[in-house]
This record gives sequence, C-alpha cells and structure tokens, in this order.
Amino acid sequence: MTLNAILITGRTINQGATIENKTSSDYQEATAYCELNPKDIGILGISPGSRVLVKTDHGDVVVKLKENKGNPDGMAFIPMGPWANAVVDPDTKGCGMPGFKGIPARIEPTDKKVLLMKELIARYK
Amino acid sequence: MTVITDALCPFCGCLCDDLTIVVEDNKITDVKQACKLGASKIMGHHRIKAPMMRKDKNSEFKEVSYEEAINEAANILSNSKRPLLYGWASAVCEVHKKGILLAEELGAIIDNTATVCHAPSTLAVHEKGLPSATLGQIKNRADVIVFWGSNPVHAHPRHMGRYSVFAKGLFSEKGRKGRKVIVVDVRKTDTANMADQFVQLEQGSDYLVVSALRAILSGHADVVPESVGGVPKDALSKLVDTLKTGKFVGIFFGMGLTQSKSRYKNIDNAISLVTELNAFTKCVITPMRGHYNVTGFGNVCAWETGFATAVDFARGAPYYNPGETAANDVLLRKETDAAMIIAGDAGAHFPADSVRHLARIPVVQIDPYWNPTTEVANVVIPVAICGVEVEGTAYRMDGVSLRMRKMVEPTHLPDTEVLEKITERVKLLRGE
Repeated sequence: MTLNAILITGRTINQGATIENKTSSDYQEATAYCELNPKDIGILGISPGSRVLVKTDHGDVVVKLKENKGNPDGMAFIPMGPWANAVVDPDTKGCGMPGFKGIPARIEPTDKKVLLMKELIARYK
Repeated sequence: MTVITDALCPFCGCLCDDLTIVVEDNKITDVKQACKLGASKIMGHHRIKAPMMRKDKNSEFKEVSYEEAINEAANILSNSKRPLLYGWASAVCEVHKKGILLAEELGAIIDNTATVCHAPSTLAVHEKGLPSATLGQIKNRADVIVFWGSNPVHAHPRHMGRYSVFAKGLFSEKGRKGRKVIVVDVRKTDTANMADQFVQLEQGSDYLVVSALRAILSGHADVVPESVGGVPKDALSKLVDTLKTGKFVGIFFGMGLTQSKSRYKNIDNAISLVTELNAFTKCVITPMRGHYNVTGFGNVCAWETGFATAVDFARGAPYYNPGETAANDVLLRKETDAAMIIAGDAGAHFPADSVRHLARIPVVQIDPYWNPTTEVANVVIPVAICGVEVEGTAYRMDGVSLRMRKMVEPTHLPDTEVLEKITERVKLLRGE
C-alpha cells in the first residue's frame, strides 16, 4: 500500500544533540526516520519500527517508521539531515532557499535497508 | 580542577551565558545548567585527529601535515574560477572577518548557513525592517508569547525558561502564570502541547493566515472566509483579540515560515502584521536563529561588504542577489568549480543535487568533526572548537553581541590561523 503525504523536515532535540557526531549510530537513530500519525501508519499496514521507502520527484530514501500522534492526516516528518535531504525539493524559488517543507511524497513499506551516512553520501559520488 | 562560571554555550542562538564548566587536566568533566544540545557539544565528540588529503573522492584519506593541507587548499582555491566559501555559523566573528578577506582575495562567493535557515528573513527585513527587541526586554515585559513555525522545546530548549514563556522579570514577576502562550504550527509539536492556544494550519498556508489576521485587525473581518488555511474564522478572531489586548506581544518564528511555500513573503507579511499591531499595543518579532553565531556572520558580513550573506566578489566589488548568488543556487547551476566548507555542513544540510555537485568538484573542509561534507572532501583541515577551545565574539538571536570564553586549551589550530595561512599562500601563488 502506498500513502500519499506532504513531507516536512525539521529539527529535533536528538538530531541536535548528535549533530557534531554524524558518523555515529546515535545520529542515524536520531535522523533516519519518518513520522506519521497512527491512522496513516494503519493505511500502510505495517508497525512502527518497520522500514519505509519515501519517494518524491527529487529522490528516494529508506528510513524507519515512527509514530507521532501530533501529525495531521497525510503529513510526514523526517528530521533534518542527509536522509531527509535525499528527497527534499532543491528549487530555491528565486530566493536561495530550497524546499525543505511541503514536498509531495509517496511512502510505502520496504525490505530494503537504511543506508549508513557513508553509504548514503557515496550514492552522490 | 578549575570551575568556570557564567560560561557561554556555543550551540544555538539563545547563547545561554550562565553555564558552569568543570575542567580537570584540560578536559571538560562536567557541564551544569546547559540543555541536552549544549551539554552534548561542550562535553565533546570524536574529533578528526590530523589534516587529511586524497585526490580521488572514492579513495581513503591520507594524514598529512597542516602545511601540506593548507598549501593544497590554497592551490584548489586559487585555481578555481568560481569558488564558494560556505558555512561559518559554528565559528566566532573573528573567523568570519578572515573568511571575508579570503573571499575578496579569491573573487569568491561567500555564504553562510542562514541560506538554509533564516536568509529569507533577511530578505523580508530589507522590505519591511524588523520591529524587534532584545530578549531581555521580552523577558521583563512580554505577557503574550507567540511561536510561529518554531519548536523551541526541541530546537532552543532553554529559550522558554530564560527569555520567554517561564522567565520572571521586572514586569512579568508571575512568569508562566502571567503569560498567554500561542503556538501556530502545522502539527501538534511538543511546544504546542504547552500552549494556551494552538492554531493548527494547513502546510504552506502561513501567508494566507497572516493576511486574514491583518484583515480582521484592520476591521475587515467581513472579507475573511469562514476558514483560512484550515483555521476557522472564529479562532483567527480570537487570536487577533489576544494579540490586540496583550500589553507586550513577543512573536518568535522559525523554519515553518522561512522554508514553506512563499518563503520570505511569509515573514514580510508577518512583519507587516507586527507593525499594524503596534497601533494597538507593543508588539515585537524575532527570528529563532539556529547556530549560536549565525547572527554574527550576518553582522560581520554586513559591515564588511554591505550585505548579510550570499555575497559574490567575482566582479571585484560585493554583489548580492539570493536566488542567484546563494550557495544552493550556484551549486545547482553547477557553476561552482571548487568549494571551501567551514564551520557548517553542506554535505548533511543541502539537498541531494547540491551535494552531488560538491562530490564532482574539489572540496576543502575546515571543521573539528567528520561529517557528510568530509565524505565529499579532498582536503580536510581539523580545527579547534570555537566557544570551547577558542574565545571570540558571537551574536545572540536578538543581535546582542557576547564574548565566548575559552574553556580548555586547544589541541588543533584555530580557524583564524588556518584562514590566514591559506590567504597568505593564495597571495603568494598569485604573485602578490
């Protein structure tokens, strides 16, 4: 099952606390996930902790699924960082700022693994 | 054992100045009063040991001397036709000054992390000015606090305690009990959970909602539809009443405004709302700045070049036009042919296409830590940590300048010395 969602990215306390430690598993734990509300998770038919493939017009990335009751229906949140930035909209809209929030995304269950930071950046080389 | 009191925190734009640091044998063993973010940075992480270089970005790095790395950095930058010098926010103002001199020497573009943070706010301020106040004024006077597209529980954990929601001051002696707290956001954040009033709007509708508030405030509620951006008109009218009847309203805004649809126009509109509210009461607006000295870079760059960020020296004189000269603009146009990333992490915080271009061109990294930028770098120069191992000036989110203190002796060269040496070498290579 695929869920159509609007993706936003942003800060979290654990993302910030590990920001100077980006080679660590703590950083990956803090940033390589996607939050949906319980209703949307129900649509995907999998449980939190499973992996999801997040696809946008700009790329795709595999992250862990997390529950956040504060998200409205159809809203996905990925903490800022390399996993989120694999799928954000690069267009700076004439003012220098890429589209880190409000990106249409398609989310589906996957068996693929979450790439390590090193592996993720290696895709760009 | 040395105990440093009233130390400053080199993490976020709150620049908390009440930390106690315990040092034993030149090692920090305890940090008191800091939040999780500050404590984590000050207690430290694994560092890059020595300068490193490689030709092929898929090969392993080899450790080299500072001299070799600095010479190679100078070679890369002086051979470049369109260099980009990016980052700066995790460094003190003394570093910014040296960086701007190097940018001028190279005819480079210099841009800082605001480009993915509050640079749109700067564009809005060009249009409308910034009716603002120091955090001290807000702490002592504000009885209504608004967080719009901003989540301080996560991003600025001590903001509410020191400056806004809970802080007790001269005319705000009741602290939290004497304040009304409003959160405007697209999802119910941990900050929204603490608010008296939570206004939940549809993603990307901030501009519409601000416009509706302005219409109601100016007596034109009749033209406002029953629902704007998913917010019922009644809730908007209630919000206008709260803002109008406050004695001193402090609005704080974050990436929810700068990164959503309409970008700087959201802030432009919000500043207009604040200006109009001042016909009824006192109201101020403040950006929630991320890095502890991103505001400092804006100040240094403005007084050195006339522009706060995204400055292009290619013409021999400073030129500024975000949308054309900001870091992601030049990377996405594949115009940049060499980059120096310092005190900021483009590899982690830029969109994939920008990082893809960085992976194709020579990159020099100056940073204490191994991060995604290291993965696409050719030359890596580790440095001392500003605000922990190096003293210097930093600007708080409200523009108040404070002196960062040295807590321990550095184990690596400071950024200023590395930049001076690169600049000297560039001049030598150019026969100056």
